[in-house]
Amino acid sequence: MSFFNFPLAPPSASNIAQQYDFVFYALVALSVFFTLVVCAGAIFFAVRYKAGTKADRSRPMYENLPLEMTWTIIPLILGLIMFYFGTALFVKIKTPPKDCEEIYVIGKQWMWHMQHANGVRENNTLHVPLGRPIKLTMISQDVLHAFYIPAFRVQMGVVPGRYTQLWFTATQTGEYHIFCNMYCGTQHSEMGGKVVVMDPKDYAAWLANGGQSTTPMSMEQTGAKIYAKMHCDNCHGAEDTLHAPSLYGIYRKRRVFADGTSLIADDEYLRDSIVKPYDHITAGYGQTMPVYQSQVSEEDLLNLVAYIKVIGSPSANPPTSNVNRHSAPTAVSSTNEATSLAANAVQANTADPDATPTRRVGAPAVGAIAAEGRNR
Amino acid sequence: MSSTVISPGELKPKPPAEEPNYLNVNHTISSWLLTGDHKRIALLYLVSTSFFFFLGSIAAGLIRYELTSPAGVVLESDTYNKVFTSHGVIMVFTFLVVAIPAIFGNFLVPLMIGARDLAFPRLNLASWYMYMTGGTLILAGMVFGGVDTGWTFYTPYSSMYSNTQVSMVIIGIFIAGFSTITTGINFVVTIHKMRAPGMTWFRLPLFIWAMYATSLMMILATPVVAITLMLVVYERTFKLPIFSPELGGDPVLFQHLFWFYSHPAVYIMILPAFAVVSELIANFSRKRIFGYHFVAFSSLAIAGLGFLVWGHHMFVSSQSMYESIVFSLISFLVAVPSAIKIFNWMATMYKGNVHLQSPMIYAIAFLMIFTVGGLTGLFLGAAGTDVHLTATYFVVAHFHYVMVGGTMLAFLGALHYWWPKMTGRMFSDGIARVNAVIVFVGFNLTFFPQFIVGWLGMPRRYHYYYFAPEFQAYHIMSTLGASVLGLGFILPAFYLTQSLFTGKKASANPWGAHGLEWETSSPPPTSNFLETPIVMDEVYDFDPVSEHARDLRNLQEAEEWKKAHDGMDNLPEEDN
Repeated sequence: MSFFNFPLAPPSASNIAQQYDFVFYALVALSVFFTLVVCAGAIFFAVRYKAGTKADRSRPMYENLPLEMTWTIIPLILGLIMFYFGTALFVKIKTPPKDCEEIYVIGKQWMWHMQHANGVRENNTLHVPLGRPIKLTMISQDVLHAFYIPAFRVQMGVVPGRYTQLWFTATQTGEYHIFCNMYCGTQHSEMGGKVVVMDPKDYAAWLANGGQSTTPMSMEQTGAKIYAKMHCDNCHGAEDTLHAPSLYGIYRKRRVFADGTSLIADDEYLRDSIVKPYDHITAGYGQTMPVYQSQVSEEDLLNLVAYIKVIGSPSANPPTSNVNRHSAPTAVSSTNEATSLAANAVQANTADPDATPTRRVGAPAVGAIAAEGRNR
Repeated sequence: MSSTVISPGELKPKPPAEEPNYLNVNHTISSWLLTGDHKRIALLYLVSTSFFFFLGSIAAGLIRYELTSPAGVVLESDTYNKVFTSHGVIMVFTFLVVAIPAIFGNFLVPLMIGARDLAFPRLNLASWYMYMTGGTLILAGMVFGGVDTGWTFYTPYSSMYSNTQVSMVIIGIFIAGFSTITTGINFVVTIHKMRAPGMTWFRLPLFIWAMYATSLMMILATPVVAITLMLVVYERTFKLPIFSPELGGDPVLFQHLFWFYSHPAVYIMILPAFAVVSELIANFSRKRIFGYHFVAFSSLAIAGLGFLVWGHHMFVSSQSMYESIVFSLISFLVAVPSAIKIFNWMATMYKGNVHLQSPMIYAIAFLMIFTVGGLTGLFLGAAGTDVHLTATYFVVAHFHYVMVGGTMLAFLGALHYWWPKMTGRMFSDGIARVNAVIVFVGFNLTFFPQFIVGWLGMPRRYHYYYFAPEFQAYHIMSTLGASVLGLGFILPAFYLTQSLFTGKKASANPWGAHGLEWETSSPPPTSNFLETPIVMDEVYDFDPVSEHARDLRNLQEAEEWKKAHDGMDNLPEEDN
């Protein structure tokens, strides 16, 4: 767990971050120095001149102009030096170079919508190439937001009614947090995502491919992926097991149930058997399957049903290699741990069916959203 | 001690005749609720602000508990948002802005300058009623639906999008604001017109100087926030187009107007703390404050410059780059008078006779914590470094170092220091000293981890952080610290209350301090002084050498007392 994880600095992954960290650590050094001076001074005087101790108290000082000047002018000069470095950094952050690649960002309660110049769109994920200056032009559709990438040390308000800008050159490939850092209502803390820094070649390919590393997955392929991810195949494999019947070739077959009734396995039946399996227990089996009611989105259910319809047939071979290659850049949660936490949070929020899907649903939804984005 | 022998069968013993003082002069409820006595009004404020502080602390505890887990513990996001808003609104508008001026300023301004009361006693009482009306409305808003905008009420969220009790809470703040303005007017007039003969401007205790600077800011800044917040209500209610771009307004205008008040408000909260600390350090070092004029004028410099730095809250808000640079420069300038104060306080202890009683421990803790709070302000005043840190937990830690570590510690120091004067009773200084250490440790454990987690990029006002579990360890540390800090706030409520019943009677000047308030009895009579005092000596007129001789005498007496009561450890309370 992360209980004993004490990172001391955020990743430093942009040209701005390098200069930033220099100024930041200089300020840290200055602060530590003066804190020590004040703490040591206060403790030293409190002990040395504690009531009743022997100490020279003759000729006490009450005013001393040179001393006052010293501790006025030294902080002033140090302050002006820090002001200079802080301002130089600020001017750099605020002045994008001329040859920037432009990406457009729209903030709305509670998602980020990004649009690349060639028309590729994505939600809550921003793909950028390594080593090339990127300028984001941003606007809000409703309230104030702020676009914040800690690893790049950049942040800018996203304001309704006016464009704001932010620029950076990423210097390390990887995935980094995007946060909304201006309070914007109920799901403010979930209005975020990640920036994916890619090798320029990969980025070019990704962009040319309409924002995906491969062609879009069919419903069957997406369903296969969900089937594997939810570990349906642990029980429902190629053969009937003690726990569960095999689903291979189940579609349009007559199923006989424990209570003696029977049904043709159509789409409706397949869906029902996932969300409320105990309505129709196949003869010979008990109530061992978990109930997936409101655990799986309708979108995922459609994909699952599509897959089960063709399961076992040659056309349904799960495109394993494709799936893995695809999921690498688009997986939303960086770790399994985060995914399970996300799942908890989803349960806490089920009251809101229109909630922004991306961050809270498992990985596959991203592909669907990217596809949706293209269709808009 | 009475030496008369009372046999068991005798009539019930007469209570020892007490000097009439402002507490025992009459006991009816109306004598409290309709009083014009600044000392009684100060106690009304003490009780009511403590109540609001208690509510604000509960909200703080809930926030800390909720953040121990990356996906929350008990609250829904909407509830969490209401809780952190309640914490901010209650602490800022009904505690921090009010507490030290309205309690200690009210109690001490007339006493310190040798006046019988404030210039406008009825206005003073009216200010308490306005405060209570405002506070009640704020609480009503929180009970009937809550408010979820954050204490900053940024538009257009507050004016167009939030479906909570924004208007009711804002009207509460508006009314409470008038209480602040009237208190400020009262202080300014009193300090100008009612000083005792001989109390020249440069014989004024530094407490008075800082209260004067605070009052000026209260009078000049509070109307601006009152108007600004009312404009939010107008836009919510009548769709008056001011801030919302949908209606043709400018959302960033709100931030300018809001911070034009709220940055000075930061100084309204911290200058009174400076006022208290100047008193504590001079009196417990038994030495005249070092660089009196510099400390006095640095308060005024802070008050003046404090009006010109509001834009440093808005470096990433879309204000112009050049604007930000100017605000950044002035913010660095305002750091200088704060540094002057800190160095002068340290120099005051040099060649003094430092008595490490509980108020002084709070003062020294203040010195250390405020230094960190001030220095981390440089990170935020420098526009470049602010870009990454703004609105993260770094900012949260910074302003809690100033507001809790600064104002709250000074508040506790003041409460302990003037408690005998206000109540006429002594508390156990041993427990109080231990408590000061608990507060210091708990405070740092709570808020120091927040600097780091903010530097890592944890945004403030976040309910969940399951997508960034690397923040969790620091949040858990912070919550542990908050439990310790909570203990440090609860204990005084017990031992101070207990002192009212079992505490030793306080003499007129139990700490050996110097100042007019210590020359009248504890608690003072309703008219403060039986005769109008005439001030002949300088402020903090201690002589370190003779003070040292007196300390040695006291120590020797204590030693002898210990021998006479051999084996007993508890020394008699230090008394003069």
